[in-house]
Parts: sequence; structure tokens; C-alpha cells
Amino acid sequence: MSVTDEDFGGDRRNGVRRPPPAAQRGAANWARRNLFSSPLNVALTLGCLIFVIWAVPPLIRFFLFDAVWSGTDRDACIRSAASGACWAFVRAWFSYFIYGFYPVGERWRVDLFFAALALGLAWLGWLRSPQRSLGAIYFFVALPLLSFALLHGAPAIGLAIVPTALWGGILVTMVVATVGIVVSLPLGTLLALARRSEIPLVRWVAVAFIEFVRGVPLITVLFMASVMLPLFVPEKFAPDKLIRALVGVALFASAYMAEVVRGGLAAVPAGQYQAARALGLGYWRTTGLVVLPQAFRVTLPNIVSIFIGLFKDTTLVFVVGIFDFLGAVETARGDPLWAAPNTTITGYAFAAAFYFACCYGMSRYAHGMERRLARSRGAVKRPG
Amino acid sequence: MKAPQDQPPENPVAIEIAGLNKWYGEFHVLRDIDLKVLRGERIVICGPSGSGKSTLLRCINRLEDWQRGSIVVDGLELTDDRKRILAVRRDVGMVFQQFNLFPHLTVLENCTLAPIWVRRMPRSEAEALARSYLDRVKIPEQADKYPARLSGGQQQRVAIARALCMNPNIMLFDEPTSALDPEMVKEVLDTMIELANDGITMLVVSHEMGFARQVANRVLFMDEGQILESADPTAFFQHPRHERARAFLKQILH
Repeated sequence: MSVTDEDFGGDRRNGVRRPPPAAQRGAANWARRNLFSSPLNVALTLGCLIFVIWAVPPLIRFFLFDAVWSGTDRDACIRSAASGACWAFVRAWFSYFIYGFYPVGERWRVDLFFAALALGLAWLGWLRSPQRSLGAIYFFVALPLLSFALLHGAPAIGLAIVPTALWGGILVTMVVATVGIVVSLPLGTLLALARRSEIPLVRWVAVAFIEFVRGVPLITVLFMASVMLPLFVPEKFAPDKLIRALVGVALFASAYMAEVVRGGLAAVPAGQYQAARALGLGYWRTTGLVVLPQAFRVTLPNIVSIFIGLFKDTTLVFVVGIFDFLGAVETARGDPLWAAPNTTITGYAFAAAFYFACCYGMSRYAHGMERRLARSRGAVKRPG
Repeated sequence: MKAPQDQPPENPVAIEIAGLNKWYGEFHVLRDIDLKVLRGERIVICGPSGSGKSTLLRCINRLEDWQRGSIVVDGLELTDDRKRILAVRRDVGMVFQQFNLFPHLTVLENCTLAPIWVRRMPRSEAEALARSYLDRVKIPEQADKYPARLSGGQQQRVAIARALCMNPNIMLFDEPTSALDPEMVKEVLDTMIELANDGITMLVVSHEMGFARQVANRVLFMDEGQILESADPTAFFQHPRHERARAFLKQILH
């Protein structure tokens, strides 16, 4: 809302820089301008306020004040079944939610994997961290190898093999999401470049792959990977169930990533290609040193959007019999030892909180990045 | 293959264009261009917009393809051979109307990119080279800024330094001052005049007639894809022979 003329009244001396009038600042003024500026706004503000007062306190009461926090079985939950959540259930199943049936004695390996993953994300995600190109090599090359050795096992260095059938919970969610991210970014970029290639065959293959995968639901891709593949490949040679799902998820994400990166490539002005070519840079150097860095900057928020979608889509691996985090919650809530009316809702609330925390974190990161980029752009004139 | 910068620049012809013809679809943009540029020559190309000046310039480093005719740069004929195209581009620097600096790199990184990745120069050597050229275009203090923080004139001088860092034998300028605010034109022209005094071969597409008078050995006037006049600046400005050249000069000089 604009400020009225009176706010500036009688104070128009030439050339003097002055702070804005006091009437523009302060919480009360902000509220007046944004919440109560018109009858409709007043009505909307009051309506929202009533809704919040009606909805929020009971939720807080249910999940915090009236909830049961400790206990060893369903009897603890039933006590508060009508009025509160049963966090004792989540506590009892907590390590299963994280590790699945991963052998207890080997779980330090999973913890180490989480730590290595966190290091990689921080290294790449924090723009001012030192040696970021080394960070990229770590994330896209070293981390996958390290993770495989840690989680699957490497008898050569004394890590016993843990079959993937024992993996579960957040471990599986993180593995599927990370593999999706680590594969889809480079593969999607290659597909996007191929789609803009001057060589017709390369272009057609890329278009066919992208359009086919985007035209099929992820569930279908997963079913095909896990049900149809064994029909063609002898049981002995059939790859592991988890690997099949990983390939399905990674290819699926790559097709979407390709389209997002393609948008970023289109946003790089033709003058940039010409300047790079005029300096004697060939196709790959022009692409790698000049075009892609700019394309990624433009599309970073969209890339993170794909990651958010991918993270939530990992729950679909449940349909092919892999127990990711949501699958683990599903399993736990069926346990007769904890059969109580409020365990299901508590388990789902816990799952929702976990997914929300991860996705909201990614979303805030993308938002912050977008603002940073908006600040640093400008002034360079674009041709056209 | 022998890199062109290793050849002794004895060959007196820097660029030789013969029978060049180019079409954009049905539009005949360059018609029967014949042009011989001697080493150390400074040529200003002018003409109305759409006359094919920039297109001709872009053919010389093969940013544009053509259908008929030949271009030989420093003894290398431009063909479809990619290695040869890259060799010519290493030898020919180009400055664009819109500067086309790389916005994600600092000024210094803009200048060292090609020496490091194309010439395989060690980073420290490339940075020393870049700083010496930034010094020459009089903006050494901007080396660590990003292009967006610079004025248009400063950006164009960085673009000149960036091209010079490849030690080209030939420099192409495609309307280098047309996108600049008036008060910044002089600083860029001054930089170009200094370059001209160093004896580098220059082709400049420009309407800056003062610059043409001061530094050009030859002025080319183009219209409708043809070179209509090729004369030394005094003769061209005082007695343009072609009627269209007279009309053009009348429009831009008053």
C-alpha cells in the first residue's frame, strides 16, 4: 500500500537524503498496511486468525501435552488413545526406522555413511566452502564408492557383506534419494546437451528417452524394473532388487532433470557461445567452462525442486517390496505388540515430520540461493 | 599441425577473401566479396545496417558459415576441418558489440580462461599475462571484480584485454562502441588507437568516423552485401565516389 502525500508534506527540500518517514516503519504500521488495509482484508485476517485458534491448540495438545512419551507396549498407548499421540511407539521402533534390519553390530557403518553424505552436501551446498571442485569430485565419485563399500561391504578390507534385503528405513530412503541425485544431475545434463546436439541421431535418442520416461508413471518404471526384468534375464544373473529400483528411480529423475537443464541452457545468451568459440575453445570446453556454469546458476532452484520431488518419490519403492522409511513405518504400525488406535497416526505424523523437515530444508536452500543469484546478476548487457 | 603463432609473420597477406557468397535462406547477405588484408593494415568497415558488415567479420573466424568462396587467414584456408577452424580462432581475436564477458568469472578469470585451456599455459603465467594486458587497457585494479560490477566502457576494455591474452595476429572489432553510453566511447577508442599504434592487423566495423580518419589505412564501404568502395580515409571522406556512400556519409556526419 502506498504512503499518502501527507507523510511527505512540507518536507521536500532539494537534494537532501532523508530517512523514510516514521509512519512507514514499525510493526503496528506494517500490520495496518498489510493486514487491515480494507474491509475485505480485515475479514480475511480475522477469518485466518479464527482458523488458527481453532486448529492449532488441539494439535499441540494431541501431539505434545497429552501424548505418551514412554512405555514398553500398547498398554501405554491405550491410556491416552482418545486424546494424545503415542511417541513411545516411535521410540521403541526408532532404530528400525533408521536402519531397517541392518545387523546391530554393523550399524556404525550406516552412521559413517550418513556423516559422509552430510559432509558432501555441506561441501557442495555451501557456496563459499573451500575447494568446491574437489567437493564435486568427492560427491560424484568418491562418495558413491565409499558408500558402496560401507553399506554393501568390502570383504577385502574386513567389512562383511550385508545383503540389501536387510537394509531399510531412512537408510534406504537416503540411498535411493542420493543415488537419484548423483546419477540424475550428470546424466540429465548429458541428455539435455544431446537434445540440443546438431547430430540428428544423438538428438533423436535423447528425445525418445526423455519423452518415453516422462510419459510413464514412476510406479510403472519400478514395476517394469522389478517384475519384467527377471522374465528376460535368468534368475542367477538378475541384479539385486534394490539395484533394479535404484536404476529405475535414477533414469526417471534423469529425464526430468534433462528438461530442467535444457531450460537453463536456453537461458544462456548466444553471445556467450560466440565469445567462447572466438577464443578458440572447442565444444566441450565451451560447454563445461562457459555454458553449463551459467545454466546451472539459472536453474538451481528448479534442480532443487526436482530433488524434492525425487525425495518424496522414493517412498514408491515400497510397492516393489523395498522397505524405505515410510515402508518401515507401515511395518511397525502393524505390530500386534503396539496395536493401539493412536499408533498409526503417531507413526504417520512422525513420517510426515521427517519428510517435511527434509523437503522444507531443500526448499529454503533453493529460495536463499535464488535471492543470492538475483543480487549478483544484472549490469551485463544481453545481446538481442 | 603447426600452430599459426609459430609461423614467422613474413607472409605479407594476413587475410585473403575470394568470391565470398553467403545466403540466409533466400536472402543474399554477402555477394562476391573479394578482400585482401595486408599484415599491419587497419581497416574500418562502414555502411548502413543490414549491409553485411558484421556477417563478413564473423566469417573471418568462422562464427558464420558461407556457401561459396574462400577465406585464407594467415596462410590457413578455412574449411570444415574443426582443428583448422580452432587454429584460426586462436590466431584471431574478436571484440563484440555486447562485450560478451563471462558473467560467472572475474575479470582476471575471463582473461586467463583461453590461455589456460587453449594454450595450456600454467596458471601463474596466464595471470601475469592477463594482468599486463589489463594494465595496458588501464583497469588493473578491477581484476578481481565480476563483470557486472563494471561500467560498459570498462567491460569493453576487459573484452579487448581478454582477446589480446591469446596474442592474436589479427583483431576483429564488431561495432565495439555501439552499445556504450556516449561518455564511455572515448576510453574504448583510445585503447583501440593504442593498439593500432602497436601495429596489430585490425578490422573494425564501426561508424566512428573520427576513429577511421585517425587510424585507418583503408575504409571499406558496404551496402547490400557488397563492398562498394575501398579507399584511404582522406579520399573516402572527401570524395566518396559511390552515390550510396555519399548518402550514407551525409546521414552520419552532419
